[in-house]
Amino acid sequence: MLGMTVILAGPYAEMFLADYGAEVIRVESIQHFAPGTRGQYVWPPKGASGYPKDDPGKRPWNRHGTFNSMARNKIGMTVDVTRPEGMEVFKQLVRVSDVFISNYVPSVLDRLGITYEMLKKEKPDIIWAKISGYGDTGPYRNYRAQANGIGALSGHASFRGYRDTDPSELPGDSAADPAEGIAAVFAIVSALNYRDRTGKGQQIDMALFENFVTYCPQPFMDYSMNGRVAGTLGNRDPAAVPSGNFRCLGKDNWVSISVFNDEQWEGFCQVVGEEWVRDPRFKDPLSRRKHEDELEMLVESWTKGHDHYEVMHLLQKVGIPAGPVLTDAEVFQDPHLMARGLFVEVSHKEAGTHLYPGALARMKNAPLSVRHAPVRLGEDNEYIYKEVLGIGEDEYQKLVETGHIGMDYAPGVR
Amino acid sequence: MDVQALSGMRVLDLTHFIAGPACTKRLADYGADVIKVERPGAGDGARALGPFYHDDPHPEKSGLFLYLNTNKKGITLNLKTSLGKEILLELVKKSDVVVESFRPGVMERLGLAYEDLLKVNPKLVMTSISNFGQTGPYRDYGMTELIAFGMGGPMFHKGEPDREPVKYGGTPSIFHAGAVATMATTVAYYGMKRHGNGEYIDVAIVDTQIGTMDGRVSALVQYQYSGKSGTRGTAIGVGPAGAGSGMFPCADGYVHFYGGTRVERQIKMMGDPPELRDPKFIDPEAQADPLVREEYEAYFLSWLMQHNKKEIFDMGQKTGNVCAPMYTVDEVLADPQIKLRNLFAEVDHPMTGKVKYPGRPFVMEESPWAVSRPAPLLGQHNSEVYSELGYRKEDLVALRQSNII
Repeated sequence: MLGMTVILAGPYAEMFLADYGAEVIRVESIQHFAPGTRGQYVWPPKGASGYPKDDPGKRPWNRHGTFNSMARNKIGMTVDVTRPEGMEVFKQLVRVSDVFISNYVPSVLDRLGITYEMLKKEKPDIIWAKISGYGDTGPYRNYRAQANGIGALSGHASFRGYRDTDPSELPGDSAADPAEGIAAVFAIVSALNYRDRTGKGQQIDMALFENFVTYCPQPFMDYSMNGRVAGTLGNRDPAAVPSGNFRCLGKDNWVSISVFNDEQWEGFCQVVGEEWVRDPRFKDPLSRRKHEDELEMLVESWTKGHDHYEVMHLLQKVGIPAGPVLTDAEVFQDPHLMARGLFVEVSHKEAGTHLYPGALARMKNAPLSVRHAPVRLGEDNEYIYKEVLGIGEDEYQKLVETGHIGMDYAPGVR
Repeated sequence: MDVQALSGMRVLDLTHFIAGPACTKRLADYGADVIKVERPGAGDGARALGPFYHDDPHPEKSGLFLYLNTNKKGITLNLKTSLGKEILLELVKKSDVVVESFRPGVMERLGLAYEDLLKVNPKLVMTSISNFGQTGPYRDYGMTELIAFGMGGPMFHKGEPDREPVKYGGTPSIFHAGAVATMATTVAYYGMKRHGNGEYIDVAIVDTQIGTMDGRVSALVQYQYSGKSGTRGTAIGVGPAGAGSGMFPCADGYVHFYGGTRVERQIKMMGDPPELRDPKFIDPEAQADPLVREEYEAYFLSWLMQHNKKEIFDMGQKTGNVCAPMYTVDEVLADPQIKLRNLFAEVDHPMTGKVKYPGRPFVMEESPWAVSRPAPLLGQHNSEVYSELGYRKEDLVALRQSNII
């Protein structure tokens, strides 16, 4: 599989495909740097975040946490496809590949001459997962998208956030990006399945916007069926009261609690054991909803005196869903998450050894194995050019000299 | 539909509520033959969840259930009876994939663990979706969107520093878990077809968030790299050059701008006004000065208030800005891009008539997504499915009366 991808959705999809055993080749260029992929800058300013111990190091593009978090198991090469001999290399790669995945704005691919017809010429049954913000057709085809904007245009921003603040105070929303990566893997493997049965490849037109809309059907169904335009419920839940995040002991510790029915409420009363729980205002779901504001304050008056993990265990024991809101540090100390072996240690030649999230879905017979550390720029040029494409030493050297092949960005590239 | 991408994939669906059905919905919508097994009487618990058609809380009118269960054939079966179990095993024999989302331990207690099912179908792909996974200290704990997003996802980073973290709207974390299960199940199925080996997949909703939801994975790795754990209230999307990034009010609503490092493009959008000619506005060092940023934002904000969100969207995009209008759900359905691309699909159901549902997550040019049938009525396909197993009409009456179906 060939990947010409940037930022998040594309690289993320590549990682899962590689994790599942595919040979995934990242096609990059030492002549062009795409901000937001291997860091924001080729040479980051002092104090730029994302690097081990805040040190960009000799080759910052190989040391950026975000990139490295989705780069293991892939192999990488460099070529400048904006020049004819580079495009010829790309075509040779297509000839020996099953899948091509991209997430550049369609107009960029147009300018490069990368179209489905062109790809099909090299490999008639090629599968192309073409990821864009808004899709390969329509007035927004060449519009630039970022996950927060996708959240805004998809309606998601209109029904999230605190109930009492302005949308201008909304926290960030990048859910659309990893959602797209996951969808792309499903799309590609489905297309491979179709190809195996019919011999036909295809283009898959993947719009971040469209996939994300399918993550929020409730407000859309309510509008379709009942004409209601959803606003935000904050942390409240139409089916549970009380439901929210409540402050616990400590500076900034919180627990999520949701009580769905009278059975759970009874358990809640017994655990809390304070007089107010037996107040007639809280005796049934309708009444609890009517007095939800007061109820939330009282719940917090109880949780404030307890540790967030303690609250989880006390309430879960009586069948109430509850859980601490975990900081990044707490994730690595959580007994359950660590017992599940959710993280895998990976050693990287230039970034060091760290824990990275492992398999999202645990497979019994084909568990995750990390065969290749997060791929460095041009790390596998020799293998890909010489063995996969069969290019001779002389031609290889020529491509090195003309700025196609390398492991460092060309001087002047920013 | 002649041949869809997953035509021929036979799925036995024992899931209920949201995550499981979301997983199997994607399979069904792209052509898999999905048989949804519900318990006799009440059926899938999602039938009791809103929003309801015309606010009528009828088990055949849950908008959530209708959306999640398109294209599936529906049967009822009581797995706690010995004949029910036998029937299930007959169905497993004729399936490629089984997906279930019972509490961990339930399938074992029913005698339907992976090892049991393998005996009738050695190449079976089985996916178990649960809250916290099949093993571990929280194995039996309950789950909600809040918990998924708070324990697994980045909720701690969402909101203001001196008040509670805030979740996303609806249940996107749970849908995400379903999508991860779809991905893994499809991969395992494809692997089984190619290599002949079945697979058992343990999908924990909380795991799916750790690896993916939002920026969680990069935050966790960045924590590993730097030892720094982020908090709430840091401005969203504010790149090194600062200004003009976030959700801003405009004449008729709000617009989101991802400023990053390209302030000069915003200036171009606003027509290169003389007030912003000073090079300080595009110099990253100068932009770090809060007074410079304030000056810029004052102009920017007043310009926005003189334009509509759609106008700003088009003008901004044409000058290379990454911006988007904030829509409410009705505005989404009215947008020209969405209408041209037919993102919403009209589905006809006997209890609701025609209703527009969110449609395909992506477009497969050769093997399209399609809704060939709406969500099933409870037990709608009992006679079809059971007659294929050799049961006659009279048998079904007897089975119903003994609450096996």
